[in-house]
Amino acid sequence: MSGSPVARLENVGLSYGRTRALDAVTLDIPAGCMVGLIGPDGVGKSSLLSLIAGARAIQQGRIEVLGGDMARAAHRHGVYPRIAYMPQGLGRNLYPTLSVFDNIDFFGRLFGHGRQERERRIAELLDDTGLAPFAERPAGKLSGGMKQKLGLCCALIHDPDLLILDEPTTGVDPLARRQFWQLIERIRLSREGMSVIVATAYMEEAARFDWLVAMDGGRILACGPPAELLRRTGTTDLDAAFIALLPAAKRDGYRKVVIPPRPAGGGEETAIEAEHLSMRFGDFTAVDDVSFRIARGEIFGFLGSNGCGKTTTMKMLTGLLEASGGRARLFGRDIDPRDLTIRRRVGYMSQGFSLYSELTVRQNLELHARLFGLPAETIPARVGETAGQFELAGHMDALPGALPLGIRQRLSLAVATIHAPDILILDEPTSGVDPVARDGFWRILADLSRRQGVTIFVSTHFMNEAERCDRISLMHAGKVLVSDTPAAIVASRSADTLEAAFVGYLEDATAAQAVTVSAPAAPPSRDETPRARSRLFDVRRMFAYTRRETLELVRDPIRATLATIGSLILMFVIGYGINMDVENLSFAILDHDDTAISRDYGLQLSGSRFFTERPPLTGYADMDRRMESGEISLALEIPPGFGRDLARGRTVAIGAWIDGAMPARAETVRGYVEGMHMTWLAQKAREIYGKDAAQGDFRFEVRYRYNPDVRSLDAMAPAVIPMLLLMIPSMLAVLSVVREKELGSIVNFYVTPVTRLEFLIGKQIPYVAVAMLNFLLLAAFAVVVFAVPFTGSFATLAAAAFLYVIVATAMGLVLSTFLNSQIAAIFGTALVTMIPAAQYSGLIDPVSSLQGFGAFIGHIYPTTYFVTIARGTFSKALGFAELSGAFVPLLIAIPVLIGLGAAFLRKQAR
Amino acid sequence: MRAANVLHLGIKELRGLLRDPMLLVLIVYAFTAAIYTASKAMPETLNRAPIAIVDEDRSAVSTRIAGAFYPPYFLAPALISQQEMDSRMNAGLDTFALDIPPNFQRDLLAGRAPALQLNIDATRMSQAFTGGGYVQSIVSGEISEFLAGHRSEAVLPVTLDLRARFNPELNKGWFGAISDVITSITMLSIVLTGAALIREREHGTIEHLLVMPVTAFEIMVSKVWSMGLIVLAASAFCLVFVVEGLLAVPVNGSLLLFLAGAALDIFAMTCLGIFLATIAGSMPQFGLLLMMVLMPLQLLSGGVTPRESMPDIIQFIMLAAPNTHFVMLAQAVLFRGAGFDVVWPQLAAMFLIGAALFVFSLNHFRNFLR
Repeated sequence: MSGSPVARLENVGLSYGRTRALDAVTLDIPAGCMVGLIGPDGVGKSSLLSLIAGARAIQQGRIEVLGGDMARAAHRHGVYPRIAYMPQGLGRNLYPTLSVFDNIDFFGRLFGHGRQERERRIAELLDDTGLAPFAERPAGKLSGGMKQKLGLCCALIHDPDLLILDEPTTGVDPLARRQFWQLIERIRLSREGMSVIVATAYMEEAARFDWLVAMDGGRILACGPPAELLRRTGTTDLDAAFIALLPAAKRDGYRKVVIPPRPAGGGEETAIEAEHLSMRFGDFTAVDDVSFRIARGEIFGFLGSNGCGKTTTMKMLTGLLEASGGRARLFGRDIDPRDLTIRRRVGYMSQGFSLYSELTVRQNLELHARLFGLPAETIPARVGETAGQFELAGHMDALPGALPLGIRQRLSLAVATIHAPDILILDEPTSGVDPVARDGFWRILADLSRRQGVTIFVSTHFMNEAERCDRISLMHAGKVLVSDTPAAIVASRSADTLEAAFVGYLEDATAAQAVTVSAPAAPPSRDETPRARSRLFDVRRMFAYTRRETLELVRDPIRATLATIGSLILMFVIGYGINMDVENLSFAILDHDDTAISRDYGLQLSGSRFFTERPPLTGYADMDRRMESGEISLALEIPPGFGRDLARGRTVAIGAWIDGAMPARAETVRGYVEGMHMTWLAQKAREIYGKDAAQGDFRFEVRYRYNPDVRSLDAMAPAVIPMLLLMIPSMLAVLSVVREKELGSIVNFYVTPVTRLEFLIGKQIPYVAVAMLNFLLLAAFAVVVFAVPFTGSFATLAAAAFLYVIVATAMGLVLSTFLNSQIAAIFGTALVTMIPAAQYSGLIDPVSSLQGFGAFIGHIYPTTYFVTIARGTFSKALGFAELSGAFVPLLIAIPVLIGLGAAFLRKQAR
Repeated sequence: MRAANVLHLGIKELRGLLRDPMLLVLIVYAFTAAIYTASKAMPETLNRAPIAIVDEDRSAVSTRIAGAFYPPYFLAPALISQQEMDSRMNAGLDTFALDIPPNFQRDLLAGRAPALQLNIDATRMSQAFTGGGYVQSIVSGEISEFLAGHRSEAVLPVTLDLRARFNPELNKGWFGAISDVITSITMLSIVLTGAALIREREHGTIEHLLVMPVTAFEIMVSKVWSMGLIVLAASAFCLVFVVEGLLAVPVNGSLLLFLAGAALDIFAMTCLGIFLATIAGSMPQFGLLLMMVLMPLQLLSGGVTPRESMPDIIQFIMLAAPNTHFVMLAQAVLFRGAGFDVVWPQLAAMFLIGAALFVFSLNHFRNFLR
């Protein structure tokens, strides 16, 4: 152990809202060795690691890592290339749709390695980890253990001096775990002086580390080499040592788990039975001819490598999946997904936490009690009883998200047992739970099984838990290898421990696949490392994100298709749909006069293509009714004696009522009616007064410019393109960032040397490209399918479109910095793009005619200016010279929006 | 189906919504500020139309004509030269440009019927039509008054009394407010149910429901009623306090009848949301699908432009959208004061569409859960 510590913490504190995660932590972590962080769940291990990695902003105290203050952005930027951080959770920072190779490649690019260098390193890492045969498999399709190895490859690609691993082996089977630590050991051999900090829940792993930190309640309990901790507590194993280190109040509740033997002869009734059960997904067989029989009241353990079909088997037993072959029975009855009565007898706990994080503990319990149909009057008592049994009474009004994993798992179990089921199916219930909480969990299981006769079918990766089962099955690659009591299995391999027996079985089974853990290759020559590219803007890092985003788009063809073809469909629908040419307006006449001249007036209207005549009105009541129902938009009333009065030269008035419910239409109707009236008057005047009247005072020449035929489509199509080019690219851009936030991979941005601008622009580029493709398709569509004449300069339009889609995607990126959930992102983007683009940007009403706040939005909204350019180039035969004015706002918007995005984007979690 | 399950699952949905403050803020925004701003921004009939006048005559009559254009119908006219006319129209500064030729007054008085030229930017369809008519009648009126006394007229004494019913001033904001409320209803109904369902799947909670004695039917009904209730409450609030209150739009008809229509529309839309969620594989796909459904629903339902002017095939297709019927119902009830006897066909249509969508979505939902 070298002299100066790799990390030095002074009085560090951290709070999430009112929860105190870390409290006055002062600690020097020695350099060049393996340091383990041990302690129950929710004591602040992960928080501490993310602070050291620079992923989270420091709230209190001072943290020095690799000789500099982590509160200083400049230092952080300098040391990111020297730190590797692998966050908690199976592959949480990986990209599930990208292949194994692409994932590692992405990290290599982030750290600025050249192509050859990357390929060499990736090949080495894949060989070392045994992932080489799976290089092309998407990360999402890997088993848990393989994901962890891939995460390690991604972390190691840049030769870190400090490797931070947060529970890297949680949920990983014993064989994979063993291989994982062998790998770490080899890497340490080849890279002398590398410091490793690991948080772990496995005490037997921790026992092999050089130096340990025991934590509880956000504080450090003790630190030192394992042997020293054992000596100090006078214990022989770390589990006991840790319990001894706990404050007396917590220690008191602890008892060793003792499972009484099953009462003899009591459990001959078969609770769960599987016969030749199989499950195929396509040509992949997940479960292959599995048979077993579990007696009532038995605790049956299910062990196996990751991805071997344990979860699938359990899902078939609960009816969540329908078996492709064989049969399964519960209490002698075939499993039928539609049979609700059998569901009442089964309690199921799925692998991940699957309760409602938006409901409190009490609400979750009550909801499930009600859904299982417990009588309403017994529910409060039952909830209270269950809460007491699972020691949840103190957390009844907390939200599950705020609770440590161990308590959350207790809640899941409480929910699974609230209806007193006869069978419990538990899928890795203790994964990620600390030893103390795990023991508590097993005491409850023992009680349920032995005293209440509940049959328990449980899967686990912990050998000490497997030893507590009455019988266990070892599963691998969809097949059951062996099924017996734990003692018999150990004996059959003549091994010392169950773990050794288990690993033996697995190695036999995998021998055929020859995943040889290669002997440590010669320490790779890594001297030519292009170390620490800490330039403020690095094109390679930016393109790493571009490439990643592009790959994801390519791997999700539905999204790309929707984005391109979808906008064409929308254009088609909207182009034909929005039509300003109002025709076929229905009208009816109330003719009190009914003379030749009054009928002539009516003919004037019904003869035009704009109006369709409906049966005459019979009276005012009829008029009211038919206007109310919307059957007619115009009613005309010709007064009695119209013909007579007209002949005598008396002034007569014709009444016209327009349906004003839809003002745009009413306005058009008014124009038509007035025009028709004038024409009729002029015509009659000519008939009556002769040629004299034909001559007006003046002539009015109306020129409809740019669109001489006054075709609605010619006016609308150029304006619809800007609307579509705004909404779809901004939606894609928003989701590309918010999705990383929601799914956790944003942490890669926090802990790598990528700057905010590189991140934003890198993500933006592929969407700009998609949007430009969209633009070309839309423009071609307008010209070819809609036959809209294109009269101006296409180069000008294309240049403007390019600027505009940059603005559109940048708007999406700015939005994404505020929004954290994908639902809010979708809703928010729809709100801020659709309404302004459709209503304030000159699509229908010119911006100059708007008023109030809408006018203000119209003036600053980029769509306004692109509409001007699109109409100018399509209809007005204009080029760059005339339209240059409209380019200026777009050019200003780009740096402003990207600047805002970069300013609001957080480089660390808070 | 057990009513109790539906009730409790629905309450669970409502509690979940309360825990997402950002979403609540967006809902409130969609039904208050968004509606208010949009309605206030909408020009009243012909509002502040930009007009320029090229006065080559500089006579009493040309000055008179220029003076006749003033707000609110028109912006004060820009007096420009003939050279400026083209560039200003190209830049989109003016919708109308009126050219009064030299010696216009002299020729007018001499009875030589001189010609005025009116240039209209026909890419702005909405103003081009109505505004053109206005300009002509204003100019004619000014010239007639100018000529009054100079010559006697030979015209027929028939006047046309034009009145608009239900919205005498043809205030676009009235209608715009309602059509925006309808857009918000549609958007929210789809997003709340659809996106929430995808989230349940992404977070694994849907699987948990399936091992319990609840049926797909109960799950779906609970989502429909709870989210529908939120949207219905928000729209009722919006109508009473924002539309009738802040915007002072007179509502002629029965609010209850409108809300009954809204309930049916929301029912159909929430079912559609569930259907979209079952076919979208991920949130980004759902977002795109949402856009592809929302825009046609908003633009083609008759809420933005009149249905009569759409091609027959689109009119026909849009009859399958509940929105179309809801827009008809909203116009009839809120503005024309129509009663149940008038709008029952729309209610019936929405009910049938909603029921069909429900059955269709339920089938998809069942398969989706497998």
